[in-house]
Amino acid sequence: MSAKIFSKDEWAGVLEGLKDAYEVYVPVKEGDFHNFRPLKEGTRPSFEFQNTRMSPKFLTEPQSERMFEYTLDKNQPDAHILKEDEKEIPPRAVVGIRPCDAFAFQLVKRNFDTPRYKDPYWLKRYEATTFVGLGCNDPCETCFCASAGSGPFDRKGLDVLLYDLGDAYLAQPLTDKGEALLEKTDGGKEADEASWKKAQGLTRQVAGKGSRRVSTDKLREKDVNALYEAPFWEDVAFSCINCGTCTFLCPTCWCFDIQDEVQMLPMVGDRMRNWDSCMFPLFTLHGSGHNPRSSKTERVRQRFMHKLKYYVDKYDDGIQCVGCGRCVQFCPVNIDIREIAEKMNAL
Amino acid sequence: MENPYLPYPVRIDSITTETEDRNLKTFKFVFLNPEDEAKFAYTPGQFAELSIAGKGEIPIGIASSPTEKGFIAFTVNKVGKVTTHLHNMREGDVMGVRGPLGNWYPWEQMEGKNVVIVGGGFAFTTLRSSIIYMLEPENRSRFENITVVYGARSPGMLLYKDELMAWEKRDDLDMHITVDATDDPDWKYNVGFVPAITEEKVTSAENAVAIVCGPPIMIRFTQPVLEKLGFPPENIILSLENRMKCGIGMCGRCNIGEKLVCKDGPVFSLAELKELPPDY
Repeated sequence: MSAKIFSKDEWAGVLEGLKDAYEVYVPVKEGDFHNFRPLKEGTRPSFEFQNTRMSPKFLTEPQSERMFEYTLDKNQPDAHILKEDEKEIPPRAVVGIRPCDAFAFQLVKRNFDTPRYKDPYWLKRYEATTFVGLGCNDPCETCFCASAGSGPFDRKGLDVLLYDLGDAYLAQPLTDKGEALLEKTDGGKEADEASWKKAQGLTRQVAGKGSRRVSTDKLREKDVNALYEAPFWEDVAFSCINCGTCTFLCPTCWCFDIQDEVQMLPMVGDRMRNWDSCMFPLFTLHGSGHNPRSSKTERVRQRFMHKLKYYVDKYDDGIQCVGCGRCVQFCPVNIDIREIAEKMNAL
Repeated sequence: MENPYLPYPVRIDSITTETEDRNLKTFKFVFLNPEDEAKFAYTPGQFAELSIAGKGEIPIGIASSPTEKGFIAFTVNKVGKVTTHLHNMREGDVMGVRGPLGNWYPWEQMEGKNVVIVGGGFAFTTLRSSIIYMLEPENRSRFENITVVYGARSPGMLLYKDELMAWEKRDDLDMHITVDATDDPDWKYNVGFVPAITEEKVTSAENAVAIVCGPPIMIRFTQPVLEKLGFPPENIILSLENRMKCGIGMCGRCNIGEKLVCKDGPVFSLAELKELPPDY
């Protein structure tokens, strides 16, 4: 199937039509920011945004999700035995995801889809999702995707790429999943030569603006212990208040906690998994009271070492960051991963 | 898709209080579904998540040996919410076990070698598993001399006392029991810290591998003793702990550099650890 052109006038109807086959997630304006929300009656999609405030990582890793349920009622034959939550994940499509955020799923997949263990919760959501990306005509000031293995029109992790041509969207299918989605759309017409020319011009024009360059080329060859002992960590961490905003917003931060929640009458419970953060001291606190990362400097170091060195060494295929710039934009004390990458790269 | 977070249901078959402070108990579990025992095929050095509905999970080293059939055993120190609840449970109660998890002691590397085991306090659990495993007649010939140094604060704090006394009498195992101090006039074993007794009793590093498991302070002072004896870092084997949740390398908290204690460990050689940042 070839690419399609959808006029912006028909766009709302196209999204609406997708609901027959998919649970559709779209950007929605909430106050001063955008976030992805399910398209329901009354939802007003808004594609006038640079990026959403929250990353779309919740699509595969909800902030809180039930893993198991059980009864604690001793009169029940299956008391205290965990049962899987058999909830099926319907086909879903996220429309308008930025290329950096789509690429993030590819990095995070390495953690949840391993030869030895597969995380069924993450993977079944991932497999059910069709990623319809929207190229960035106007990259954020804080982003550096081109230095992080992605780019304003990068295709990695996307099933369809949309080009915003002003009065229309050019939709280019990139995978079988993407073709299947486009086949299910109402309206639109086959993309013509002129639209392609416009899209190419757009790509060139945005590339010409140039996103900020960040050097990461020497991280792989650096000695891990030299970086760990580097003199700058105290300075880097000095202003950090360990709020965890960076890990909360980051599309490539996947760490989680597992907690049991119980209610009385009837005595039933759930085993839940919730987002967690390496910025919090409880994250690594031993039962004995010992804590290998008890100070904030150690925790800040862990976050940057994980993204810019441990991950780099483990997979030998780039950094664990897609350059979306959210942590830079929203850090309340202006800690900037771009500056830290430069420091580490230059050590 | 198989769910690696789903525990096998087990029944508590027996509970033994190990120490005089009553903070350490050994729990023997029997699988509710007998076919799960074969699925839970493990090797000494591995651990599992003990799972209590409504309370949570805790990673604990497997104290039984795969040569012991019909049950699995764990010795648990009472420290937090889950372990305290477990200590209050009774024989017959149902809970879960998830695993086996992590790697194991390097049994292939140790074949044909002298094995030196140095343990302290309640970290002796996977070492018990290892000793039982090596003493099994079909396995004993795979190893040369086996030397064990095991110490606790006081005689009442030693784990597995009956087995220790039995091992002490055997001639295919060189057993050295020690306590930091005792006022028991009838105490007929060693008195002294584990590193000192190791220095006294272990005389050679030739063709030998040492497994060390104990509190950090014991490890810190035992390491130079072994290095002085001539053990190269590749032949000093340690078992580490870090806080864990998932046990399968996904939740992110137990890392030491790029390694995850739950999946790449808990067993590391000193040579491997020297390459990593000291985040443990």
